Amino acid sequence: MGTIFPLSLAGVSFIPGGTPVLREVTLAIAQSSRIVILGANGAGKSVLIRLMHGLIMPTTGSIRWAGTETRPGAQALVFQRPVMLRRSALANVAYGLKLAGIARAARQRRAAAALARVGLAHLAGRPARVLSGGEQQRVALARAWALEPAILFLDEPTASLDPNAAAEVERIISDIHGAGTSIVMSTHNLGQARRLADEIIFLHRGRITERTPATLFFKQPQSAEADAFLKGELP
Amino acid sequence: MDALNTALGLVASGDAKLLSIVALSLSVSLSAVIVAALFALPLGALLAVGHFPGRRILTVIMNGFMGLPAVVVGLLGYLLLSRAGPLGPLGLLFTPPAMVFAQAVLVMPLLAALTRQTSEDAWREYEEQLHSLGATSLQATATLLWDVRHSLFTVLLAGFGRAVSEVGAVMIVGGNIDGVTRVMTTTIALETSKGDLPLALALGLILVTLVLAINALAYATREWAQRRLG
Repeated sequence: MGTIFPLSLAGVSFIPGGTPVLREVTLAIAQSSRIVILGANGAGKSVLIRLMHGLIMPTTGSIRWAGTETRPGAQALVFQRPVMLRRSALANVAYGLKLAGIARAARQRRAAAALARVGLAHLAGRPARVLSGGEQQRVALARAWALEPAILFLDEPTASLDPNAAAEVERIISDIHGAGTSIVMSTHNLGQARRLADEIIFLHRGRITERTPATLFFKQPQSAEADAFLKGELP
Repeated sequence: MDALNTALGLVASGDAKLLSIVALSLSVSLSAVIVAALFALPLGALLAVGHFPGRRILTVIMNGFMGLPAVVVGLLGYLLLSRAGPLGPLGLLFTPPAMVFAQAVLVMPLLAALTRQTSEDAWREYEEQLHSLGATSLQATATLLWDVRHSLFTVLLAGFGRAVSEVGAVMIVGGNIDGVTRVMTTTIALETSKGDLPLALALGLILVTLVLAINALAYATREWAQRRLG
């Protein structure tokens, strides 16, 4: 668990094809926090999450996990749209464990336990791609949780879900955090940010304008851009 | 009309000569598809997943060669396999293995191009997730091919349909020798020019039925996989 923190970004920019998406981002993330990234569409939330996860490389600047530049394994990312392989829900969860190098017997056991924790034990044998959107996202959460990551990234995990499914996903995220995993997620849903965040990072046009404890942020945002966003003046 | 009746009679009675021609056709084309698939499937997947120099050029060539004229493939096969050709010492010209070779060359670009298309669509969906889970390129390719296995089956059927219905390549490298290298298409061509319509018609009926059945099977596979696996 100690192989990731602190996760630090120093002067990170992401400029694909000459268009800056993220500019000069510097931040450090410590263990056991719940951080929510807020910002308008196109502010760079998804890109920031993919950079921290090591899925894409910064154009300039550096990302270090526990002081090294080697992408660590003890982390997972849950996407807005869950990507399910054409196999059973259980096999989807076990697949992640297989890539992580877990032995066969252990991975069946851990996959089944993870599915049970997200309340899908009864659907373990069903083909994952015919499950509902909410169920698929829970399988994706189980796949991530089974890896027992030190940090879990989530990119707008409830954006495509109905309110009931979204509430279930929020409950699972809280459980994952309760089991000792740090959470970094982006969302458009301010209510969700209020419920889940210890800290808010606010992005505006590829820059971090503030990083504030959640209770303070919603009472009194520290940047004009965040203030305008909360008042609904930003798109 | 008489010819058609005689043709139906041939099919119904299970004429021995007819059956041997059909059997050779099926075995040659099936072997050709298997041989071609051994190269075409990995190549198609590699073109979809990999990043290497020459990838675009190779893709354009593959797509272009999908419509390769069968007679030209036959001609190239003939030049390679004839006594004076580089593969001449193998003594394969005018034998069924030569026909398998020619048809394999013919359908390989088709199989590779269709495999690339299928894999690329799936890859667009899977790429980030598989990288996120830490898959190596080799693991990702294997996962991808396994996940689109039903689509690949229909790709193989398309290749078989093309192989079994072509006439130019097998005619040239097989020589259309009675009882040895005579397949459905070459027999139809020969018997029609000789004026023996019943045999040509009987084979034509079987060939059309076969091609229809292949397409129905491909369609059913797609439907089933979509319903069952999403």
